[in-house]
Amino acid sequence: MTPTQEQELWMYRHMVVSRFFEETIETIYMEGKTPAFNMAKGPIPGEMHLSNGQEPCAVGVCAHLNSDDIVVSTHRPHHVAIAKGVDLKKMAAEIFGKKTGLSGGRGGHMHIFDAHVNFSCSGIIGESVGVAAGAALSRKMQGKPGVAVAYLGEGAANQGAFHEALNLAAVWKLPVVFVIEDNAWGISVSKQASTAVKYNSDRASAYSMPGVHIPNNDPIEIFAKAGEAIERARNGEGPTLIEIETSRLAGHFMGDAEAYRPAGEKEHLAEIDPIPGFKKRLQDQYQWTEAQDEALRGQARELVDAAIQFARDSDYPAPEEALDKVFV
Amino acid sequence: MTQVQAKARKLTIARAMAESIAMEMRTDDKVFVMGEDIGELGGVFGNTRGLYKEFGSERVKDTPISETAFIGAAVGAASDGMKPIVELMFVDFFGVCFDAIYNMMAKNTYFSGGEVNVPMVLMTSTGGGYSDGGQHSQCLHATFAHLPGMKVVAPSNAYDAKGLMTAAIRDPNPVIFMFHKALQGMGWLGTEKDAIVNVPEEVYEVPLGKAAITRTGSDVTIVGITSGVHHGLKAARELEQQGVSAEVVDLRSLVPLDRDTVIQSVRKTGRLIVVDEDYHSYGMTAEIIASVTEAGVPMKAPPQRVAYPDIPIPFTPVMEQWALPSAEKIVKAFAKMKENE
Repeated sequence: MTPTQEQELWMYRHMVVSRFFEETIETIYMEGKTPAFNMAKGPIPGEMHLSNGQEPCAVGVCAHLNSDDIVVSTHRPHHVAIAKGVDLKKMAAEIFGKKTGLSGGRGGHMHIFDAHVNFSCSGIIGESVGVAAGAALSRKMQGKPGVAVAYLGEGAANQGAFHEALNLAAVWKLPVVFVIEDNAWGISVSKQASTAVKYNSDRASAYSMPGVHIPNNDPIEIFAKAGEAIERARNGEGPTLIEIETSRLAGHFMGDAEAYRPAGEKEHLAEIDPIPGFKKRLQDQYQWTEAQDEALRGQARELVDAAIQFARDSDYPAPEEALDKVFV
Repeated sequence: MTQVQAKARKLTIARAMAESIAMEMRTDDKVFVMGEDIGELGGVFGNTRGLYKEFGSERVKDTPISETAFIGAAVGAASDGMKPIVELMFVDFFGVCFDAIYNMMAKNTYFSGGEVNVPMVLMTSTGGGYSDGGQHSQCLHATFAHLPGMKVVAPSNAYDAKGLMTAAIRDPNPVIFMFHKALQGMGWLGTEKDAIVNVPEEVYEVPLGKAAITRTGSDVTIVGITSGVHHGLKAARELEQQGVSAEVVDLRSLVPLDRDTVIQSVRKTGRLIVVDEDYHSYGMTAEIIASVTEAGVPMKAPPQRVAYPDIPIPFTPVMEQWALPSAEKIVKAFAKMKENE
């Protein structure tokens, strides 16, 4: 399965938007946090897990999805949310804790919910998988179209929830795809130090489902393999496990000194940054020009700036609104 | 069957739960059931009996022993428009799947600013008294009721069981439905006859968050839930022999908690005893006493609680029966109150 030029540009554009978004958040996050770093300070308090480098995992999969399909993501959700079509302004406002945010400031950056595009995520490692399997079960029982995609990190593949949900999805042949974003690090512990198998995709064989290993963070290959998995799911042929070796260009969260990284790793990851790589591909394949690239980047920048401005301009909720929305 | 016989029909809690679920499944194709041994077997405690035969394996789904997966899946299905009813066989098993319950099921509505509903029922068995040991005998009412985002109900009789189940299934929020094993009417778990009561054949709701005055009285208010209500009723009958008029309040729901009914009762009687088979400290008994105290209700004596000691539930019958709440303990608690007056 190969993407059309239009699909490639869609993927590239969303990667660029996501990167601009994260870089902007990164800058604003530090406002009020210097010289002394205090997580509670500044316009964006709390933990912040940036997705720089992991954009191919988002676009290569979500290029095959429409708003009816379900995505359940992780504590590092922005790139996937953007590729799934989550309202960027409302997401930015949520991250700022504003009244206009997706949940009016109740959730925050690890709890992004946009019911209009069936996107949600969780800050608990491994809990995306059961929820996605259940959404897939819902579609199957209702005879409604749509597949579910669960994102998880490679660290979550050592959680019981992962194994339980894969087994359940396979037993019930559910239209769900499990996507492992293997960024090689569970906070500071390497995959090698935490995981008995070399490839988590091998674990699929324990649950009689295809396991697909994608080694190089290549959006085109992710597009191809995810497309096959999603088609299988749509055709009622059951779940697939996909493992993507991706790159976490930033720390686990903002403020992470990353002393655990081997010397030279960050530099190497910067060299294999997927965005310049994609640009080069567009140049080689489609005679993509600098002028076209500048225009695309300009539009992406405008989108992000508008979202951030919306967030900055929005009011905070009244504190006592915290008491609402526990129940409906 | 004549009309008179139909009206007098008595059911066990187990039958009443199954009947309510079946009636909702007939009229709402979004309702389905998942859990361990809830299919052909009809549930270890009988509360899904007959459903598999009527609705088949697609809507009455036996699951692997994977509570995290199937309760997580219920959250996903409920968020997508279905109305799953899942069974956690023993409440004691919550340890393996609490993330799906309190971090996902109970919080997703809040995290979505009310945009995502999670209309699901988690039914789970509670209680001991039959020497099943410390991992199959707990009540854990407060463990669930303490955490925000889920409603918690626990019937003491079959009428309430049917009505509460109907209301729980129809509620757009997650509801924990706790049923006490000794009240289920399963002979092999002992049978509390007072739990087997007349149950109308038609559909009806018992509102969530509304307590019931099970027995009216003027000298003392005994507040309980599930098994505690029955201990309270037995104690009230004994107290009556002593010329004491006891009022018994069945909370029926822990979340929402009907504080008003309790407060009004204690305003009338001036005395309060709270009974709970859940652990003594930090539990429902403390919450009720605190609520009445905060409301400034004048009391003739300090309130008392009769709850499970803060120990793992022991196996041997002499120890377990000694530790359980009982009518005798309630009567003694009343005597202690009178001494203090």
